[in-house]
Order: sequence, then C-alpha cells, then structure tokens
Amino acid sequence: MFVIKFKTLFISISVFFVTAAIVSLIIFGLPLGIDFKGGSALEVQYSGPRPTVSAVTTAVTNAGFTNALVQPVGSNGLMIETQTLSDAQRAAVLAAASLEQPATQTSFTSIGPSVGTELKHKAIASIILVLIAIILFVAYAFRKVSQPVSSWKYGFAVIIALVHDLIIPTGVFALLGHFYGAQVDTLFIVALLTTLGLSVADTIVVFDRIREHLNGSKSTSFPKLVGESLSETFVRSINTSLVVLVMVLSLAFFGPATTKLFAITLAVGMFFGTYSSIFLASPLLVVMEQGRKKKK
Amino acid sequence: MLKRRIIAIVVLVVGIALGYLVIRSQAPNPPRFLAAHPFRLGLDLSGGSHLIYQADVSQIAASDIDTSMASVRDVIERRVNTFGVSEPVVQVQSGGFGSTNTHQLSIELPGVTDITKAEALIGQTPYLEFKVQSDKPIPQNIVIGPDGKASTNVDISSQFVSTGLNGKYLKQAQLIFAQGTNEPTVSLQFDDAGTKLFADITKANIGKVVAIYLDGQVISAPVVRDAITTGTAVISGSFTPEQAKALVSSLNSGALPVPISLISTETVGPTLGAQAVHAGIMAALIGFILVGLFLIIWYRVPGVVAVIALALYTVITLALYKLIPVTLSAAGIAGFIISIGMAVDANILIFERAREERLRGRSVGEALTVGFKRAWTSIRDANISSIIIAFILFFFGSSLIKGFALTFGLGVIISLISAITITRLFLRALPTPRGKTGRFFFSSGFSMSKK
Repeated sequence: MFVIKFKTLFISISVFFVTAAIVSLIIFGLPLGIDFKGGSALEVQYSGPRPTVSAVTTAVTNAGFTNALVQPVGSNGLMIETQTLSDAQRAAVLAAASLEQPATQTSFTSIGPSVGTELKHKAIASIILVLIAIILFVAYAFRKVSQPVSSWKYGFAVIIALVHDLIIPTGVFALLGHFYGAQVDTLFIVALLTTLGLSVADTIVVFDRIREHLNGSKSTSFPKLVGESLSETFVRSINTSLVVLVMVLSLAFFGPATTKLFAITLAVGMFFGTYSSIFLASPLLVVMEQGRKKKK
Repeated sequence: MLKRRIIAIVVLVVGIALGYLVIRSQAPNPPRFLAAHPFRLGLDLSGGSHLIYQADVSQIAASDIDTSMASVRDVIERRVNTFGVSEPVVQVQSGGFGSTNTHQLSIELPGVTDITKAEALIGQTPYLEFKVQSDKPIPQNIVIGPDGKASTNVDISSQFVSTGLNGKYLKQAQLIFAQGTNEPTVSLQFDDAGTKLFADITKANIGKVVAIYLDGQVISAPVVRDAITTGTAVISGSFTPEQAKALVSSLNSGALPVPISLISTETVGPTLGAQAVHAGIMAALIGFILVGLFLIIWYRVPGVVAVIALALYTVITLALYKLIPVTLSAAGIAGFIISIGMAVDANILIFERAREERLRGRSVGEALTVGFKRAWTSIRDANISSIIIAFILFFFGSSLIKGFALTFGLGVIISLISAITITRLFLRALPTPRGKTGRFFFSSGFSMSKK
C-alpha cells in the first residue's frame, strides 16, 4: 500500500499543515465573537443598495459607539457589532445606521460579559470531555488487541490525529478571521466537535479492519497488514467522506446565512479529518511498531 | 422470497404514505390531524425574542433556591400569558455541566420582535420586599453645603435589613381609597406563612420603621404602632390613582421572590427566519440529489436501494420531528442535513465489504449476506463515537447547540436502524442477478465492470 510505503511523506504533510496552522494562529490570533466575549450584534436590512461599510462605521462611531465593527451581510444587509447595548443605545445605533435610507432591524442579539465567560468555560470543558470520552472509547474497543502493538498505542495514534484535526481548522479560521472578519462562536465549537466525531469514526473503521486481521492471525508483517487494511477500507473512507462533504458543501453554498461559516469550518475539518484517518493515524501505528522493534 | 417481496412492498407503500402525510401537512389547509403536528420552528426561524435573566439568589438559602426559581418562572409565565403571546417558553436554567453555579431564566417569545415591548412585558413584574431598621445603624456623614443646607445625599438602604418577607408571601393586592383623605392606597393580604412572618416582624419592631421596598426603592416607610396578626398591610405612598392601579395589577400577577436582571437578549425578525428555512430546504434537496446521483452511478442497483433507504430515512426523521416534537433551529437543520450524509455511511461500508467478498469468489447474494454481517462491528463502533459527541453537545447547555445535538444524534440513531434493516430487506427481495449484465448491475466503481 502506497500510504505505508511513503508514510514519511504523508506524516510530513500533516506536520507541515499543523505548523502552518500554528503560525497562522500566532500571527493572526483567534477573534472571539460576542458569544464568548459579550456584546451586541445588530443586523439591519436596507430596501435599496446598502451604504458603504466605512460610511456606516463613521456614522456609528460619531454616535458614540467607538468600537463598532460593521460587516456586510447578504446583498443588502449589514451587521453592526458593538459593546453590550441597552435598548435606548440600540435605537441610537439603528438611527445612526440609517443614512440615505432607513435601516430596518432584522435581528438583534445582546450578550452580557458574564454569559460569554460562562460559555467559554463550557466550550473548553466540552472539548476536553469529548477528547477524554473518545480516547476511553477507543481504548475500550481495542482492549483485546495487544499484539504486536499494545492497545493504548491505538489510543495514542487517535489522539495525535484528533489534535491534528483540531489545530488545522482553527488555523484556517484564524486566517478567515483576519481576511474576512470571521469570528469564533458557539457554532465553531460545534463544527470542531462534529469534525472530531467524524474523523474518529473514519479512524475506527481502519483500526477495526486491523483488529480483524490481527485476530485472524495471518502471518504477515505488521506494516503489510496495516497497508492491506488501509487499501481495503480506502474506497469506503473516501466515498463516505465525499458524501458527507457534498452535504456540508451544499449547506455552505445554498444553506442559511447563519450556518455558512459553520459549514465551511466543517468542510475544512472533514477534509483534514479524512486525511488524518488514512494518512496519519495508521502510518503512525507502523512508526510506533518499528520504533519498538529497533529498541529490542 | 415472495414473503420478503410482500414485506418490501408494504414498507415502500408505508414510506410513500408517510412522505405524503409529511408534505400534505405543510401544504395549505391540511386535515385537522395533520394540522395538529406542524414543524416546530425555533425563534431564529420563526422570528421572535429570546431573553435571558440572571436571578440573584445570594439572599436565599440553598435549599430554597429550586422552589424560588420555580415560582419566578410561574410568575413570569403568568405575566407573559396575559399579553397573549402564543406558545411562550419560560424555562429555568440552573448551573449545568461546565458552568458556574448560576440560575437563569430563559424566556422565548415567538412573534414578539419588538424588544422594548418584550422587556417591558417582563420588566414590569415588581420585586416587593419588607425591610426593618438595622440593629447596627451605619453612621452617615451629613455635609452642610455652602448654602447652609444639609445634603440630602444619605444612603437610606444601608440602614435597613431584609426580613425575608417578600412578594412570594403575597396572596392578594387591592386598590382602596383611604377614608376621609380619599388618597389611593394599596392594600396587601399575605398568605398563611406571610401572615405569621408579618406578625413576628411587627411584634419585634413596635415603635420602629418597617420599610416597604419595590424593585429596590423605598415606596413607603411607616412606623409600626401595634403587632399586626391579620396579615394585612397598607401601602400609602403618594400614588396617583393610575399608579396605584398598575401596582395592584402587577402585584396580583405575582411579585418575584428573587430579584432578576437581564443579561442577554436576542431578537430575530420574521423575514430573516423565512429566508433561513427556504435556504435550509434548498441545501437539503440539492445535497440529497447529488448524493443520490453519486450512489446510483457508483453502486448501481444496491445504490438505488440505498437511495430508497435514504429517502425513507428522511421521511421517518421528518415525521419524528413533527411527532416528538423537535424544535428546529438553523443549527438543527444543519444537523439534519449532515445526518443525511452520515446515514449513507453504513450502506457504503456494507457495499464495500460485499465487493471484497465477491472478489474472494463468492456469489453476489452470498457476498451481500456476508457483507452485512462483517460490516456490523465497524458500523457500530463508528456510530458510537458520533453518538458520544451528540450526547456531550446536548448537555453543553445553550439552546442553539441542543438543537444541533438533537437532530444530529437522532439522525445517527435512526440511520443506523434504517440503513441496515431497510437496505437488507430490499436487497434480499430483489431477484438474484444472473449472467454478466446481472453481475454488472450489482458491482460497484468503474474498474469493476472488467471483472
């Protein structure tokens, strides 16, 4: 199987993307949305063509809301983000945004800073919980497999793949945040967690095949066995990911505006998640087995 | 074989009927039974307001918090109901996993897109409290201004302490006009526990001031002349008759046992929601067609069967959304759309496994039977991880995520059953393929036709 033959190349590609993601995170940082830092988001629609973003920003700033962030939404809408607003302040922002033509409010969200902090804790807690649950599950599912690679090493390979799947979409998001004003919200966390679930499912299918071959105790070498398992599950992994990717992309292109960024994050996550299941987790198993052999 | 075919046809007919009912119930003028089960749309899709209040429970004993929160909910629910909002949802959200020990009240008001009105609707609920003079009065500095007058800037509230007697113990409030002066006053009648508490307070404070606070402001501070055991009190502030009347009606709809403050609001206009629903349906349809085409081209006859199973899955899921009912948000629709993709996974696993078995020299029929059997452990383990994620997300707390977790988790579980049982039923009901063409229609991929 070519994946095992060129395992160093494929692992290097992963290392490259993870490094690039970390660099992007360091340079651009991760912009938090109002979900997590608190604040208000006012979405308005104009009946005709909307005024320019800079004109509205100036108008809102002049009205006394200095940290306002204005972004275009849809064809005739704008999203204005500010600190947490009272109802009178909201009306003031709405009035300021009405330049040549009146702005109509289509949605308004206001989140207190304490809510944001609590949500941040919850988000971190749930990511950690998901990681722990998955590792426990993998360790349990492969508890009977210990030759020639002990069961916790499967768990270890899964963790590396999961960290890979977490870091790359986050790095891409930092990039999106810098160039398109994307912000981390609760849906981003959901996208990450869903990615983890799908990626683990893929990895498990490959590992399950390895488990089956090991139990069948064919006298082939471990790398060859992993290669066979990979080539047997290869078409399935690609097809399943393709099908889910088709659904996710149609959600991104045709779906509601609120879940667009969520779908894009999920698509990036799905892509690298599939990559890690095929080209990272299994080659890592072989590397670990060979490392063990050399020690002996 | 005949029996299997009959069952398969019955399943197909039931599926089509179910699909018809789902579509019919969304069409104009559905029959009464169907009209009773509409899709329940979340606020982000139907338009409306969502307010979250934080309750300050610092003054309440830990054991009483739950009952107090429940009565806050009841009071707000009564208030919201008097304004004729359809299907409001008032819920207590306490703590929950991964959060600090907070107590919040979540209020969903479908159709109310005017946040000022929504806030006023809830904000009018008064917080009534009786306080007595503190044993340890805090000295106040009275500054004599340059004009020779003493400053009136005295912190009165620091001189009073809570008694525990508050709006929770109120049975009824009434507007009366005092005899002689004809001044509008508000008469309060406490319930049994309140009567006893009020008697104790007045007994202990004869000759002292008992202050009546409304929403943190002193509205009346009479001196107690005698112990009051009848459980009645009179507030005679300087009310206009209108103010007194408003106070009575809001006190009667219930005074809050704990103070609440607004910490988060969300308002979505109806047009935005309608656009989102339309876009969600479009995305689901386009995705379904593309996936269906792929399945049929790649897997041929089994692919067609998989598409039928997928269509049945979609219909069953939508019917369940109506029956349970599941409140659909934009995130929930996203979860559903992704679950359509995931539902195919089990079939792909089975078909790929069957292909391997066929390559090992088994007949098409045998290969499918073995494929179903051997693919099961993979299908099970792969789906368990998704169910774990859905479960954790569901307890994440916020309603947005709950919506996604519910449709996603439900989808994984239903598809696990439908993809296996329905596909197997149909494949076994089909005639066993014979000859080269027969084998072609049951093979998959593009290189396969040569073999």
